[in-house]
Amino acid sequence: MNETINFLLAGVGGQGTILASDVLVNVGLAAGYQAKQAEVHGMSQRGGRVTSHVRWGKVVYSPIAGVGEIDVLLSFEKAEALRNLHMLRPDGLAVVNMEAIEPVTVTSGGQTYPTDDHLLAAFAKATSHVVYVHGAEIATKLGNARVANVVLLGALAAQVDKLGMAGMRLSFDIWVDVIGGRVPQKYIELNKKAFMAGWEIVKK
Amino acid sequence: MIQLLSGDEAVARGAWEAGVTVASAYPGTPSTEILETLARFPNVYAEWATNEKVAVDVAIGAAYAGKRSLAAMKHVGLNVAADSLMYAAMTGIEAGLVIVSADDPAMHSSQNEQDNRTLARFARIPCLEPTDSQEAKDLTIAAFGLSERFDTPVMLRLTTRICHSTSAVELGDRIEHSLPPAARQFPRNPAKYVMVPGNAVKRHPIIEQRIIDIAKFAETFPYNRIENGDKSLGIITGGVAYQYAREVFPKASFLHLGMTWPLPQELIQRFAASVDRVIVIEELDPFIEEAVRLMGISADGKNIFPLIGELDPGVVRDCAIKAGLLPEDSRPQRVQVETGALPSRPPVLCPGCPHRSTFYVLNKLKVPVNGDIGCYTLGLVPPLSAIHTCGCMGASIGVAHGAMKAGSSERHVAVIGDSTFFHTGIPALINVVYNQSPVVTVIMDNRITGMTGHQENPATGRTLQGKETTEVEFEPLVRAIGIKHVKTVEAFRVEEVEKTLKEFLQLDEPSVLITREPCALLPEGRKRWVPLEVINEKCNGCSLCFRIGCPAILKSDELDERYQRPKALIDSGLCTGCEICAQICPRDAITFRNQ
Repeated sequence: MNETINFLLAGVGGQGTILASDVLVNVGLAAGYQAKQAEVHGMSQRGGRVTSHVRWGKVVYSPIAGVGEIDVLLSFEKAEALRNLHMLRPDGLAVVNMEAIEPVTVTSGGQTYPTDDHLLAAFAKATSHVVYVHGAEIATKLGNARVANVVLLGALAAQVDKLGMAGMRLSFDIWVDVIGGRVPQKYIELNKKAFMAGWEIVKK
Repeated sequence: MIQLLSGDEAVARGAWEAGVTVASAYPGTPSTEILETLARFPNVYAEWATNEKVAVDVAIGAAYAGKRSLAAMKHVGLNVAADSLMYAAMTGIEAGLVIVSADDPAMHSSQNEQDNRTLARFARIPCLEPTDSQEAKDLTIAAFGLSERFDTPVMLRLTTRICHSTSAVELGDRIEHSLPPAARQFPRNPAKYVMVPGNAVKRHPIIEQRIIDIAKFAETFPYNRIENGDKSLGIITGGVAYQYAREVFPKASFLHLGMTWPLPQELIQRFAASVDRVIVIEELDPFIEEAVRLMGISADGKNIFPLIGELDPGVVRDCAIKAGLLPEDSRPQRVQVETGALPSRPPVLCPGCPHRSTFYVLNKLKVPVNGDIGCYTLGLVPPLSAIHTCGCMGASIGVAHGAMKAGSSERHVAVIGDSTFFHTGIPALINVVYNQSPVVTVIMDNRITGMTGHQENPATGRTLQGKETTEVEFEPLVRAIGIKHVKTVEAFRVEEVEKTLKEFLQLDEPSVLITREPCALLPEGRKRWVPLEVINEKCNGCSLCFRIGCPAILKSDELDERYQRPKALIDSGLCTGCEICAQICPRDAITFRNQ
């Protein structure tokens, strides 16, 4: 593998970004890597920007990676995907949740929200490895919109596996075990299904 | 056993393993999780103090009483506690005392980015700085030992990236700490513990000698270590900057400093002599750099790396390339990004926030508003735009009083949260009563310490460790200090808030409005969530409801036929049903909860 694999997770408060990065760092550890994670959540409880770095490697020093060093960008929200695109290395992997959460600067201010055409064009120019996921839709079909974050993790896991980015095939079980250890007992099955649904988007 | 822990969790773990008995803190990002974690361990007493000064006094008292103790706070909290830090440095302690300062380079959630290593030097106490979670645990344990060995408080300095990043930690067992039986009685030693001038003059030379002794100890302190590499470049570094430097300069030689005050002069000189060129990589102030230069060593530092903001591997690499330390092609390639203008996403008051109504009214009344530290500082954000000053915890009331005494022709309002009022608001309000100014103080009581993530405080009736306790009530307290005009209003009642404020703004005496309503995110707040709806045929797109800055109110795609303005639309996933919008809608176009 490369010396390290660097993930950046970006979303809006309340989307489950922190849980997803907690899963990711623990999967790294369970797979035998050194793993570090660092998050920045802004000042508001709901609706603020949230970003989290996760790094796996034989040796990992810094908990965060710099501009152009992100191998995998996982964005939970469209505008946040664009906002963090500059962090991605050329031809890095991006998993983008096609959900818009309009900030108040759009809803009650004069700013405009980027169009889908704009998003698709910007990503197409940056990388040939983008997976677009309608996480909320899939999660709602499974019975709970809140597991959209785990659907996205499933897509990410499958894509990392497909590209052989981790240099080894992380077993499906590692992911499912780590997720199972982090959600309440009664939601374990639902989360497994959500992970599987995301995995299949890529594998199919 | 190995576990992934954040830096804050690792400090708590270290304190517990070291046998800490008493811990006190005031919540503040990025330090809050230290006490939240410690509070869950057995055999530890942990509390939220009313402010950082009180927290440090509490820890000092426990350390005098022979128990290992810890106080934790964010960097600016140590300003509040500076008086206590200074006397503890003079008296020393009986059992280990560790003061954790969590600094916030880049000001992710702070009003400044002061570098508190300076306060350790100022107080003549040692400063330890971890570079990851394992060291956060290990240095916490080491700090207690150092504290007892040299009879001194010890500062453990963290930064946001240490506090809030997660890495693997080897867990150990708790070792109960106890002093020899003779030392178990509370000390009767006024020469050491009563800092009247006659005693203090004798203590001062002792603490000056102490820091010299600790500097000698620092020469062999195992967390100060040379990591030999290529001899053409030697890097002196500490804290999270060490990780960035290791990442960017994989071949260089390193002097890793786990103790950044006092510095080991011989070790530094030996290291400098062994390499061709010395650079210092540290966040914020040139603290190590200046000390190294004073040793007569030629070193680069802030002439290459920024003084302002936090570092990261990218920043360190870019600066190194610019200075010729690395070749141009070591910069990672970047993607071509054409994102265009993206909408900003400023932090805003949550949907259902009980502070919103007060700011809507204050904005409407166009009065100068002096703000304080908490969620309600976000009353600053347009369209509410109703905070005009905000400096630090407890500043609102004093600033408003001063502005009035300066002859301001307008009535000044001070807004302050429940926890902040206890923190440093009370002395300022007593000052308003004593020196009489017609300041209107609004205590925004949302029944919790909100911005740091829901911590208990003296008004909640519950302690950090979940015990029920006496609930301090605002209205009797405020009346008791001599405020005659006091009213408690349910925060969501817009008209009543407005009426009371208008009335108080006419008075020539001090007044206090208490707006009370639990934070919408508390379980008791959440229980009442009922999304409201816009009655489409009634809405004419007047946009008044957009002016409360609620994230749940959107512009609909549908335009009003007559005025061609977008109608309002409520996001049912975000709306909590606080009814502020429904109350101000002139056309009754928004439903109430019972409709």
